[in-house]
Amino acid sequence: MNWLSQNTDLVFDLTLTHLRLSIPPILLSLVLAIAIGYLAHRQRFARGPVLTLTGLLYAVPSLPLFIMIPVVFGTPLRSGSTMIIALTIYGVALLVRSAADAFGSVDRSVHETANAVGFSPWARFWRVELPLAGPVLLAGLRVVAVSTVSLVTVGAVIGIQSLGTLFTDGFQRGIQAEIFTGVILTILVGYLLDTACVWTGRLLMPWTRPRPRTNSRAPLHVPADVAGGAR
Amino acid sequence: MTLVQGALDWLGDPANWRGLSGIQQRLVEHLAITGAVILVAALIALPLGILVGHTRRGRGTVVALTSGVRSIPTLGLLTILALNLGIGLTAPVLALIVLAIPPLLAGAYAGIESVSVDAVDASRGIGMTEWQLVRAVEVPLALPVIVGGLRSATLQVVATATLAAYVADAGLGRFLFSGLKQRQYSEMLGGAILVATLALVLETALALMQRVLTTVPPDTGRP
Repeated sequence: MNWLSQNTDLVFDLTLTHLRLSIPPILLSLVLAIAIGYLAHRQRFARGPVLTLTGLLYAVPSLPLFIMIPVVFGTPLRSGSTMIIALTIYGVALLVRSAADAFGSVDRSVHETANAVGFSPWARFWRVELPLAGPVLLAGLRVVAVSTVSLVTVGAVIGIQSLGTLFTDGFQRGIQAEIFTGVILTILVGYLLDTACVWTGRLLMPWTRPRPRTNSRAPLHVPADVAGGAR
Repeated sequence: MTLVQGALDWLGDPANWRGLSGIQQRLVEHLAITGAVILVAALIALPLGILVGHTRRGRGTVVALTSGVRSIPTLGLLTILALNLGIGLTAPVLALIVLAIPPLLAGAYAGIESVSVDAVDASRGIGMTEWQLVRAVEVPLALPVIVGGLRSATLQVVATATLAAYVADAGLGRFLFSGLKQRQYSEMLGGAILVATLALVLETALALMQRVLTTVPPDTGRP
């Protein structure tokens, strides 16, 4: 790995840039998806249109989306904001269905009990519904984290710097080691953020911590409809 | 909104539709690559996925493979293959097949696995062979989920085939890259609109197909 030893500064900078571009969309999409998903869950008439719209947004490939963002939002094409907006849209598209399903899975009787013991709708949301929806939201967020980290690299072809720059630069200059370094680091950053989600989840939802012999295999499940992942 | 107008003008100009690097040709290339890749990937992934779902063996491997491939950046895979196989269609097609297999595989095994144990037991009870069971019971019942996998795979391939224009002279992605190089935003945006429309049309068609298969159970052919 001669190339890597001579370019550690560049690789380190690009990794940091990559994190700066990945973390905001992951957090933003979580917040937005919770709000939109809750709305879709509460307002029956909104559910169908919202889920259809987000499903269609998710179908738009990433590169064309990067190019269309500046037209709608007025951001410069080669900027971090274009990337962050595009990836937030993806994250929301991926997460809204999980969020609506998660809130829908909260037992009706729990809802009524919370009302009966005097929770206001606001308190019921924060202290009953959101915690109960948490594990499903977390599973969706993990998919978003990994796919966001992977999608950031696509921006390199239009000149948005990230670990993806190692792919375009390595390809143009014919340096295999540079591309390999990029691939491995992208996978590592994805793993790192995925792990961060899991640990944050355990911290915030202590009741979901794996106990001996109870559903330690649960997070392995990959629903067929999200198996496509990053595009 | 002048940007949008420029893109619409570019799309509306008949001269941009003709010729060897016109929209028509690029669209045919894009669809041909997508179709061929999905076909090859399905020939590999569907039998394997059905086998895994039927025997319930190797499920862990399939799940690991699926999430493993998902974390590989597609652009990294494309460039590394292009560097080794040269500029041309071989590298992107190979990369696309690799990316299309996991969703197809996952759809097939999850679909077969979702068939109720009762239906499987009943079929064995009336004396069906394992092959008859797979062909006449499990696959028809699993079809909606299998098509779901096909849907993910198709979207993945249409999207990545766009990116493949970075390493090969093919597909609608060419307009994005040539527009970028020549600072022709209208061509770039026009190309982006074309790709997005293609993806949305395919997504809608496959979603409808999935819905039809879900609501109208296919005739399983009474034994």
